This record gives sequence, C-alpha cells and structure tokens, in this order.
Amino acid sequence: MNPLSMADLLPLVPEGFLLASLCILLLADLFIPQSERSTTHWLTVAVLAFTAILVWRADADTSLAGSAFSGMFLNDGVATICKLFILLTSALALIYARPYLIARKLFQGEFYTLTGFAVLGMLLLVSAGNMLTAYLGLELLALPLYALVALDRDNGRSAEAAIKYFVLGALASGMLLYGISMIYGASGALDFGSIRAAAVSNSPHPWLYGIGVAFVVIGIAFKFGAAPFHMWLPDVYQGAPTAVTLFIGSAPKIAAFGLAYRLLDGALDPWFRYWQAMLVVLVLLSLTIGNLVAIAQTNFKRMLAYSTISHVGFLLLGFIAHSAEGYAAALFYAISYAVTASAGFGLLMLLSRVGFEAEEIADFRGLNQRNPWYALMMMLVMASFAGVPLLVGFLAKFVVLKAALGVANAELLWLVIVAGVFAVIGAFYYLRVIKVMYFEAPAEAASGPLPLPQDLAFRWVLSGNVLALLGLGIFGGPLISWCVRAIAGG
Amino acid sequence: MSQHLLSWLIWLPILGAVATVVMGSTSPQRARWIALSTALLTFGLSVFLLLNYASDQPALQFDENAPWIVALNLRYHLAADGISLALIALTTFTTVLVLVGAWASVSDRVHQYLASFLLLESFMLGVFCARDALLFYMFFEAMLVPMFIIIGIWGGPRRVYATLKFFLYTFFGSIFMLVGLIYMAVETGNLDLTYLANYPFTEREQFWLFLAFLIAFAVKVPMFPVHTWLPDAHVEAPTGGSVILAAIMLKVGGYGFLRFSLPITPDAAHELAWLVIALSLIAVVYIGLVALVQDDMKKLIAYSSISHMGFVTLGMFVAVLLVRESMISATGSVDGARLALQGSMVQMISHGFVSAALFSCVGVMYERVHSRMIKDYGGLANTMPWFAALMVFLSMANSGLPGTSGFVGEFMVILASFQSHPLIAASAGLTLIIGAAYTLWLVKRVIFGAVVNPPIAKLQDVNARELLVLGGFALASLVVGLWPAPLVSLMDGSVNEVLQQLSRVKI
Repeated sequence: MNPLSMADLLPLVPEGFLLASLCILLLADLFIPQSERSTTHWLTVAVLAFTAILVWRADADTSLAGSAFSGMFLNDGVATICKLFILLTSALALIYARPYLIARKLFQGEFYTLTGFAVLGMLLLVSAGNMLTAYLGLELLALPLYALVALDRDNGRSAEAAIKYFVLGALASGMLLYGISMIYGASGALDFGSIRAAAVSNSPHPWLYGIGVAFVVIGIAFKFGAAPFHMWLPDVYQGAPTAVTLFIGSAPKIAAFGLAYRLLDGALDPWFRYWQAMLVVLVLLSLTIGNLVAIAQTNFKRMLAYSTISHVGFLLLGFIAHSAEGYAAALFYAISYAVTASAGFGLLMLLSRVGFEAEEIADFRGLNQRNPWYALMMMLVMASFAGVPLLVGFLAKFVVLKAALGVANAELLWLVIVAGVFAVIGAFYYLRVIKVMYFEAPAEAASGPLPLPQDLAFRWVLSGNVLALLGLGIFGGPLISWCVRAIAGG
Repeated sequence: MSQHLLSWLIWLPILGAVATVVMGSTSPQRARWIALSTALLTFGLSVFLLLNYASDQPALQFDENAPWIVALNLRYHLAADGISLALIALTTFTTVLVLVGAWASVSDRVHQYLASFLLLESFMLGVFCARDALLFYMFFEAMLVPMFIIIGIWGGPRRVYATLKFFLYTFFGSIFMLVGLIYMAVETGNLDLTYLANYPFTEREQFWLFLAFLIAFAVKVPMFPVHTWLPDAHVEAPTGGSVILAAIMLKVGGYGFLRFSLPITPDAAHELAWLVIALSLIAVVYIGLVALVQDDMKKLIAYSSISHMGFVTLGMFVAVLLVRESMISATGSVDGARLALQGSMVQMISHGFVSAALFSCVGVMYERVHSRMIKDYGGLANTMPWFAALMVFLSMANSGLPGTSGFVGEFMVILASFQSHPLIAASAGLTLIIGAAYTLWLVKRVIFGAVVNPPIAKLQDVNARELLVLGGFALASLVVGLWPAPLVSLMDGSVNEVLQQLSRVKI
C-alpha cells in the first residue's frame, strides 16, 4: 500500500464534501425547531446541488481521472454520469417529498440525513474499483433505505415492508458477499482489474468462478428487483410512504446499473458466457412476470412496482449484448427510467393530500376534468413508460433493443422479438391509467377541481420533469452520445 | 423560411394545438377560430408546396437534412415527392373540413378535441415527409395517441373497448416493423430511406423484413385478416375521428408499403406478391360481401373502406409482378405496372375524399336522429333534399360510377391486373357489382322510399356549414373523377421512381 497522498484524496472531494455536510446537517438539525424544518430541506437540496458541481469539476479536471487508493476508487466517465443523475433524481425526490411529508407529519430531519447517506452510498457504489468498495457502497445505500421504508413507523404496512426489505436485502447482500468470497478464493484478488487478469493465468478452479459469478448475479438481480428475485419489490413499493417509494424507485436504479456494470464488465468480463446465459433467463422472467402481473394490479404503486420489474428486464437486455454499445444503452435506459419514475411518483404525490392517500388507479378517475394539465403530464409519463415515440421511453427501448440485436449474427433476435411483444402487453396497463384519467368521469366524492399543494417549487419542477421526458425523447441525442462516450472512455 | 417549408408544415399544427389548448380553454369559440385558422394556414402552405413542386423532376424536393441523434446515426431528414405531396394536400384539406364539421357538433372539451386533431394532423404530415426510417416510425406511432384520446373521450358507448383495441392492434403490428428497423440499423448503420432502398439485402433478410413491414402496414391499411379493429374504431369514433381515420390514417399503411416494402425489399415483394394479392382480393370480395349485411351505417362504410383499400394494395403488388415480368419479356415495357401503381395512388386519394364524405354524411344524420342504424331512417329525400342529393352523389362515387374519382382508380387497377392475370382482374371486377350493391342498397333504404319513422319527418336540411363540408368532399371527388390528369402527372415522376426501385434486383 502506498502512503496516503493528495492524489488519492482529490478525486474523493465530492464524496468527502457530502459526508462532511451530512454530519453537519445531522447535528444542525437537532437545533432547528420543527417550524423551521424547511431549512434542513433546502440545505440538503443545496448540498446535493453543490456535490453535483464538485462531481462535474472532478470530471473536468483530467489530472483526477483514473483511480485512487490503489484502484479502490474509480473516477471515470461512467462514474461521473451516474453520479450526476443520481444527485439530480435524489434532489427531485426531496423536492417532491416535502409537501407530502408535511401533510403526514413525517417532515423530520431523519428523512434528509437518511436520504443523504443513501446518496453517499450510491456515489461510492458507482465509483467502486474493488469488491470491498462496491460492497461498502451497497450497504451504505441499503441500510438507510430500510429505515426510510419504516419512516411512517405507526403504519403497520410500512413496518411490514421494512422488515421484508431488510430480511431480503440482507439475504441478497449475503449472496453477493458469498459470490465475492468465491471469486476471491479463486483469483486471490478483490480488485476488479486483478480479477480480470487472473482469468488469463489459467485458474485451477474454473468451477469456483462459476459459483462465484452465479451468486454475484443473484445479488445484482436482488438489488435490481429482477424476477425471480423481485418478491420484495411490490410490497416495499406499496408499503413505503410514497415519498420514499419515489426515492427507492429512481436513483438506486442508476446505482444498480453502476453495480452491475462494475461487477459484470469490470471484474467478471472473462466469464461473460456464464452471466450472459443467466441474464437471458432473468430478462425473460422479468418481462413475463413484470408485465403480466402488472395487468392484474389495481393499486397504482404496486402496478408501477411490477412495471419496474419489466423495465429492469429491458435494462438487462443491454448487459446481455455484452458490448460497449449495450452498456451505453443500459446506462441510458437506467437514467431515463429514473427520470420517468420520479415524475410518475411525483404525480402520485400531487394527488394525495391530508387524510387521503392516492394509491389506487381509480383515484386518477376523471383527472382530465379536474385538472387537465396534470392529466396531460400523467399521460406523458405513462406514454414514456409504454415506449411511445417522441418520449424518452421509446428511445431507451430502441437503443437497448438495437444493442441486443447487435450481438453476433443476431442470435438474440428471438429475445428482441419477445421483448417487443411484451412492450405491447405492457402498453395495456399504462393505457389503462390514461383511460381512467381521460375516459371516465371523476368519482362522486372527488369531482371538484384538484386541490393542489401550495408548494410552487414542487409543481414547477414536476412539470419541468415531465416536459424533460418529451425533450429527451425528441432531442435525446446528446445524452445518448454522452452515455456512449462515458462507456467508451471507461 | 423557404429552407424549412416542410418543417413549418409539420410544426405549425403543433403550435396551433398548443395555442388552442392554452388560449381556448375558457372560450370554445376562440378555440375553434384558432384551430381553424391554423388548419387553413397549413392548408395554404400545402397548396403553396403543390404549386412550387417541379413535377417534371422525380427527385425529392424541399429537402431538409440535419443531424438528429448522432450516436445512432439518425437524421432529421424531410423531403417530399409527388406522392407525398398528394397525400399532404389530402391531409390538410381533410383536416380543415373536419374542423369545420366539428364546429357545432362537439361541445364537450372543445379545445382538447380540436388540439387533438391538430396534433394528429402534424404527425400524419410528418409520416408523409419523413425520409429517415426511424423518424417515420416515430410519427407513425405518435399518431396513435391523439386518435386514442379522440375515440376514447368523444366516442360512442363502447368507445373504451374500441380505442384500446385500436391502439393495441396497431402498436402490436408496428413492433415488428420496429424490430425490422433495428435490424436494418444494425446491419447498415444508416436508416435513411434512400440509402436503404439501395442497400443490397440478401434474399433471406428481405423475406423477413418484408414480413415485418407487412404486419405493420397490413394492420394499418387494414388488410384481411387483421382488419377487425377498424369497424369497432369507426363505429365508436366521433364523426371527425372516423373521417380522419378513413381518409388519412389508412393511407399511411398504403404509403408505408410504397416507402418500405417496395423499395427496400423488392425481391421479397415479388416473391410474396401472391400473398398480398390474395389478401387484397379477399378484402375486395369477401369484405364487400360482409358490408352488404351490415345494418349499422358506419360499420357498412367501414367495411366498404377495407374493401376499397384492397384495391390500393392490389394495385401496388400487381405493379410489382408486372415490373418483374417486363424485365424478362421482349418488350420490356412497364406501362402496365405504371398504370397499376397510378391507379393505386389515385384510389388512395379518391377513397380519402369519398369515405371521409360518407362518414360526414353519417355524422350529419346521427346529429339529428342519434342513431346509426339503417332501419331508423328512410325517405330522407323528402325532408332533406340537399343532403339526399349529395349523399346519392357520394354513394355513386363510392360504388365507382364513371365521372367520379372512385371509378378512375378502380378502373386503372383492374385494367392493369388484366395484364398480370385475367383471374385477378375478374375477381377484382366483382367489386363493381358488390360495391354498387351495398352502396345502392344503403341509399335505397336511407334516402329513398316513404318516410316511415316519425322523427325523419321533422328533420331540417343541411345548414351552410354542413353543406360546405359535404360539398367540399363531393367537389374534390368530382374533379378527380372528371380530370385526373393533374393528379396523375403530379405523381408521375415519383411513380416512375418507385418502378425503377422495383426493377432493381438486389439478390
């Protein structure tokens, strides 16, 4: 080990700043009275924004590119783009959460510190260059999330969801750790580069790698929520307060992409035949279970949970391609999914108010008559999820399918066709939401104009978020190019 | 501005739609005027394009080409040839009349209704201008959303079922086209339609690509046996929705064949022409017979649409056969193929006017009587003479009476198919009997006879606005019927270009 130097510390400035600010916030929050809680809120948002600037600066400064701490921490294009969008979607989640939390008397400092530490975990995760950093980041992400799900502690369903999440999440971490230990046993290394290199030196234990890869893939699938390791997802989405569901549903998907990319491409690339075959099964099951079960849901959050599973299926298609193009496509998919999901859950929170939890699809009934603007916004979000052109969801599906078809001799054509057919089946339940909003009259009890939260920041940012889906769908070229560049440089 | 005429054409209705929604939400009347002036302006622009189009040059004109999504090598490439321009003019013309027709008949959420039509117009114009396959696909799919909303909100009692069926059917069809596009993108790295038309796809590739395109466009046209969404959608759609659906959206399918199936996969088109011709003939004959037994007027016209669209696909693929035959024959003349293709194009335009007009007629009747059932009518000629006159004329056009546009296209296609095989011509010729049968029988039951139903006796004749809509369509049909030469010469260069592409053996 080299002695610690500034060259090691400088690339970590964004994470260091975030950590220090969170510690200060944690303390400062104790002295902020409940009536002034918004200070914590805006401070946290500002900290995330400033961290984003630091990430941007760290990327612009080419002397910081590469790795730090003997390869434990990577600072490359993929890390930068993942971090920026993790910070962006997390900030969105905070802004959308405020009116919701206030209305439910959950507006406490804990929400912000826990979210902040989860963000820190994600930043670390996407920069991991070593099995241990990856695991550390993953746990730093997971632990605050367990607590966040139980934020509404008097709600039985929340508590149940938190316990389920914790038990299954711990199991997943265990699987991942077990896989890592197998790979460590076979290669004698924890560093991604060394693990890759070990493949060349003709290992005496190929079966050890096989088991290791299998467990690592299972761990990743758990974290993504890919079928058949998706059981926690619907319960957690439904049980958690919507503000937390929004957070879990958006930024961690980008982090999960980072985890999968670092592990599968960075470390386990020589064994891609193993994980590719496993991913094909995961994709098929995720598409099938996600789309078919979503049709049967009446609860909006549960429906989005199953839709997430199917989107994970699409995202993993990019990994199956096992090419730079495929990883770039998966990255673009993760980003566009996170941005779309933010808007979707944000709109769901817009409908909720004191004493009324908008959760059922039926709660959207007649939204067009009650508030045409937000009905239009919701329609755009649903159309983006469904992959209708002119919205970003279409471009995301297009790049992923294109990458998967680009596999040698189009041998995965069948999988691409299956994915396409499931995209049509998936369109059905998104259309159902549009149908409820536009074609049905509002329920008797709620037929007046939609009572909107006073929070103007929430409303403006939400509308901007949805219009960004349209903007990215039409002018998404630069973002795709950015993803391609990030993967190519990394 | 002259550099970006087609962009203006596409984006103008979108701007108009935004203005209609924003400024017209409080005052329906203001929404109507904004929408109508947008549509008129777009129509004016399309007329300007027509006048400035050099029909003696087959090349694409008004070209716009800018990088769009660089990472995927996609370009924002718009251009128009004679065929596109004819359909563009049809689109803008029909949209104006649809908006006029909706003036008094729609009173619920007027601004949203009008804005949906303007959005729809812009997407349809986009389809006819796009020269990049993915750009085409995006417009092709985006069209579904406004139509979904139009049928779903302003439609009849079973509108939700009909609109979901419409959306999912077409979405399903186009997914295969998307896979085909992705395959081509991976294979060639370029999705420009001109480039793809020149790219040497192998026999196997062409075969599968052709099938992928066939599914997408056959659903859209629609061809037998994937036509079942159309009657439902037509029956439930509001009048304007039916008119646009019949007049333009179906043409998008035919246009797709012309831009994708024929140029990109000419050999597969030749190999599988028998399949498309067979399906077209089934549509012409069998669906014509189905139309005969309908007692819902909208359903009857919907089936008649399918039957007439059969001529469009028939003409195109007879042209494929004739081009390939001419290459091995001694004379090498492609006159027959040209006739078939021209007939097919004229049939598209003509059907646009005639079916739109007939759906408008049903709309006029429905507004007064609130029924689409034939048995609720009878003797309209006594109470609504002007309307009766127009409806009779339009029905004649629908059954292909010489002097109307309906005759020109069908006659050209039948004439050309004789050169291919007399049996094809004979089966297609049956339409003259079947088409006349169901149309005239409809007219007899609705227009003529004594007034039996009391509500009919109290009916008012068409007002000036309705007269304008029906008269506009009727006049267009008459002009094309009596003097098709300008339309044919407008498309002549482009038709020759398609024939040229068809004669290119890639394998």
